[in-house]
Amino acid sequence: MSTHDIQVTVNGVAYQAQVEARLLLVHLLRENLRLTGTHIGCDTTHCGACTVLLDGTPVKSCTVLAVQADGRKITTVEGLEKDGKLHPVQQGFTDQHGLQCGYCTPGMMLTSCALLARNPNPSELEIREAISGNLCRCTGYVNIVKAVRQAAERMRAEGSSGAEAPRTAAAAASR
Amino acid sequence: MIPSGFDYHAPATLPEAIALLREHRDDAKVLSGGQSLLPLLKLRLGSAAHLVDIGRIPGLEYVREERGMLRIGACTREAALEDSELVRTRYPILHDTARVIADPIVRNRATVGGNLAHGDPGNDHPATMLALGAEVVAVGPEGERVIPIDKLFVGLFATALRPDEILTEIRIPVPGSRSGGAYQKLERKVGDYATAAAAAQVTLTASGTIERAGLGLTNAGKTPVHATAAEAYLRGRKPDAATLAEAARIAAQGASPTADRRGAVEYKREMARVMAARALAQAVERAGRN
Repeated sequence: MSTHDIQVTVNGVAYQAQVEARLLLVHLLRENLRLTGTHIGCDTTHCGACTVLLDGTPVKSCTVLAVQADGRKITTVEGLEKDGKLHPVQQGFTDQHGLQCGYCTPGMMLTSCALLARNPNPSELEIREAISGNLCRCTGYVNIVKAVRQAAERMRAEGSSGAEAPRTAAAAASR
Repeated sequence: MIPSGFDYHAPATLPEAIALLREHRDDAKVLSGGQSLLPLLKLRLGSAAHLVDIGRIPGLEYVREERGMLRIGACTREAALEDSELVRTRYPILHDTARVIADPIVRNRATVGGNLAHGDPGNDHPATMLALGAEVVAVGPEGERVIPIDKLFVGLFATALRPDEILTEIRIPVPGSRSGGAYQKLERKVGDYATAAAAAQVTLTASGTIERAGLGLTNAGKTPVHATAAEAYLRGRKPDAATLAEAARIAAQGASPTADRRGAVEYKREMARVMAARALAQAVERAGRN
């Protein structure tokens, strides 16, 4: 079994780690870096609780090897708050009661951030499609959609594009 | 869940990757987007002593028309296919297909080449590529060869790719005028494999009869099903409702789905018929528009 020296930038901080090839990104974040805001839900690529942004694109971190993230930038829920101020998406989830148990919330918010970075004014349908890989078993999604809409409005008013530049797989391929 | 141990290789070039595959043969697996392979390794339904990650090889992500073919680089993400203006406007069947693969987050990682090379009859691209009459490029130690899509799927999770070959490109003939296609999928929820799904691509003659019809079924047997009898039936006929219904019936006869939590064999075969009928009707409708 090979081991690898990797370097990742998580929430703007550079980390170096020696990892087994089989180490999953979610375990690197939670166990090596002690960033436990990223949750493990189903562990089978279905629920999206472990969603993080990899170079700005949402991925299920239970289905990415840590070594695949070598040299890349990662955003976790811990990276959303800036200078003691909640990200507009976090504020939206708070104000609109977009969570109950909170287990899906970190992943749900990161997916929402990526959506708003590429689509500042999404329709309800676009929001629902974007979060269709993130399962919530409490809210019935209604308040989550409201939370994302609030965040979209605030961000448009503030003229901010969110925490991440909109670098999507699509943008990379269409070059 | 943690996979059992393996050596990870991240070659920077295709020849390097092929040399690794040649060295490790059956002990190696190619890692592309990893959205099928990593779950398999985590569940320990499969194992590999060596993973050869082709994700860091430049030049394998593109979607472009060139010399009469739509060429898709094997490492093109499903999300990129879904967002491609070229695909949306010129290949609606591909756009339909990309949109219903797994979920949007999985599509940010999953690749078109991986979807085919995995050899899973439950994957969505195989039926679409059968309907489109696609071919794939495989590169190995002796150079490259072109495999017609009909020859790619040889068994359950088994393809005609040799252990030291890598699928690098998918080629689809640019459809002529009066062509249209559609993919119709019945799924229990977003992210599920198809209960039944059908891909149809038709080209009409100037007088409105069917010049060419391609029809493929997803999750309808051990390998993706190419409904050749239905295609032959359609050729030269007027695409009226009765004809399309009969073609869908013939296609479903050729389906041999297995019973699981998605339904019984009889139900799945019936749904294959319904999906085939809908895909054909939508394909004909789209063909009439251009």
